Amino acid sequence: MSGFTVLDGGLQTTIQDVGRAGLLALGVPRSGALDALSYRLANRIAGNPPGTAVLELRSPGPTLRVDAENARIALTGTAALTIERNGDAQEWQAWRAIDLDQGDIIRVAGFSDTAVAYLAVAGGFELPEVFGSRATFLRGGFGGFEGRALKEGDFLRLAAPHIPDTPCLTLPAAPRFVTSPVLRAIPGPQADYFTVAAQTAFFERPFTVTRDLDRMGMRIEGPELEHAKTGDFASDATVPGAVQVPGATRPILLLNDCQTTGGYPKIAVVISADLPSAGRLMPGAEIRFRKVGITEAEEARAEGEHAYRSLANTLIAVRG
Amino acid sequence: MQAQTKIIHAASIHSLGDTAVTVEFGDGIDRALSSRVFAARAAIAAAHIPGIRETVPTFRALAVHFDPDKIRQEQLIAALGDVELPSRPDTSPGTTWQVPVLYDGPDLADIARASGMSPEEAAALHASAGYHVYMLGFLPGFAYLGDLPEKLRLPRLKEPRTRVPKGSVAIADQLTAIYPSQSPGGWRLIGRTPLALFDHRRNPPSLFQPGDDIRFHAIGPDEFDHLSREAGT
Repeated sequence: MSGFTVLDGGLQTTIQDVGRAGLLALGVPRSGALDALSYRLANRIAGNPPGTAVLELRSPGPTLRVDAENARIALTGTAALTIERNGDAQEWQAWRAIDLDQGDIIRVAGFSDTAVAYLAVAGGFELPEVFGSRATFLRGGFGGFEGRALKEGDFLRLAAPHIPDTPCLTLPAAPRFVTSPVLRAIPGPQADYFTVAAQTAFFERPFTVTRDLDRMGMRIEGPELEHAKTGDFASDATVPGAVQVPGATRPILLLNDCQTTGGYPKIAVVISADLPSAGRLMPGAEIRFRKVGITEAEEARAEGEHAYRSLANTLIAVRG
Repeated sequence: MQAQTKIIHAASIHSLGDTAVTVEFGDGIDRALSSRVFAARAAIAAAHIPGIRETVPTFRALAVHFDPDKIRQEQLIAALGDVELPSRPDTSPGTTWQVPVLYDGPDLADIARASGMSPEEAAALHASAGYHVYMLGFLPGFAYLGDLPEKLRLPRLKEPRTRVPKGSVAIADQLTAIYPSQSPGGWRLIGRTPLALFDHRRNPPSLFQPGDDIRFHAIGPDEFDHLSREAGT
């Protein structure tokens, strides 16, 4: 049987893809890769069809042994990885495909330039779909590999027994990600639950990402956002990117595993084109929100798609 | 023939980012508001507007998630506003479920004391009402059920529990719910059910769907154990 044996699970390594749809009304979130751009590039470089399940890594990443005749991998999102072959360790750059032999050990040590990185394998992993997706939903305990993060001793079966007979691809230059981005956001459905001063401060003042961060969302710290309406708020639906404000301080920027409904007013919603930037955020990052309208969000989405295609078009063949 | 109202005249439609809009009918938790949300859900489904991915009913609104590569938000909002709502919505569009409950929750004695009743009376009162699934959220399969009889309405616990067991039947304010999986939670625990509320190996995974009707009935410890074994919970 061909696969990867997990020697060390890393901080939190999960199987992710584009996520599942159709069950929001039953409380099941979309899940899926937090940084969709790096995720898509990982599959593109590995030669996989879009939507193939990959590993999402948090720092430090996992250590895996190749228990297959060979395998082709691609790491994206962060800088580098180490391959150990017959006791010799060699550093490899990310953003390129690497062909591995039986017994090789893949080690992704600590990285600090992004919150998440992606490791794709050519052909993908042999795992069952749960409601049309292999994405792990940790809080629900389903999807991916037994509904949980990888740990020592796990065996990830590969769907393809051999590397493809196409050349290895590489990006000539790693994409440059901003660590303190400006996130474009549309005023939320309950923007008027906040004072005008709070609505202004939200878009003008910086916020800092706290350590309180997971796949559901992150607490951010910034100016006080005074509520104009008090009393109970009857829950309504949420989306990844929504900024919920439970009190006057420390709003929550929701991410892919967020609850499908929430009982706090939402002051703004980060546009879909900027969700990958939000997904990459590390604790301590300084962010700002810039107010945009729907038309600008639609343009940004088209530009984001164009940026992905432009990057993918620069891929060139190298020796594995 | 029934008189009809367009959504644009009955609700306000807000952007929820660039991939969803929310069709809002009010703020609060009541059956009249909820029936408007469900009527809108049915009418929008029947209208087959291209690009809509899924809809999520909540207490106050219907969220419409869409694919912005298939339809522009401005067009979607116009199409949604044009959908006709029936003037007298069907009040119970869903399935009716009978839910067995062993009323032995750790908060039952406190609930009974606060309501000026015996624990048996509090349990009987909880089981006497018919409940409506307003919405699901918080956890997969977590259904918000209402309305609780007035005398049982108590605020959430000041200190939420870090671990509420799966199957716990709980109350908070005008609502009751069942925890489909173990979770932290601040609702008061009145009992537990052996039913499996959510199972990702089933399709649909959630026993309850939005709009369903729920009735509880008391069972004893022996029947609870028997049903638990049967349900594999």
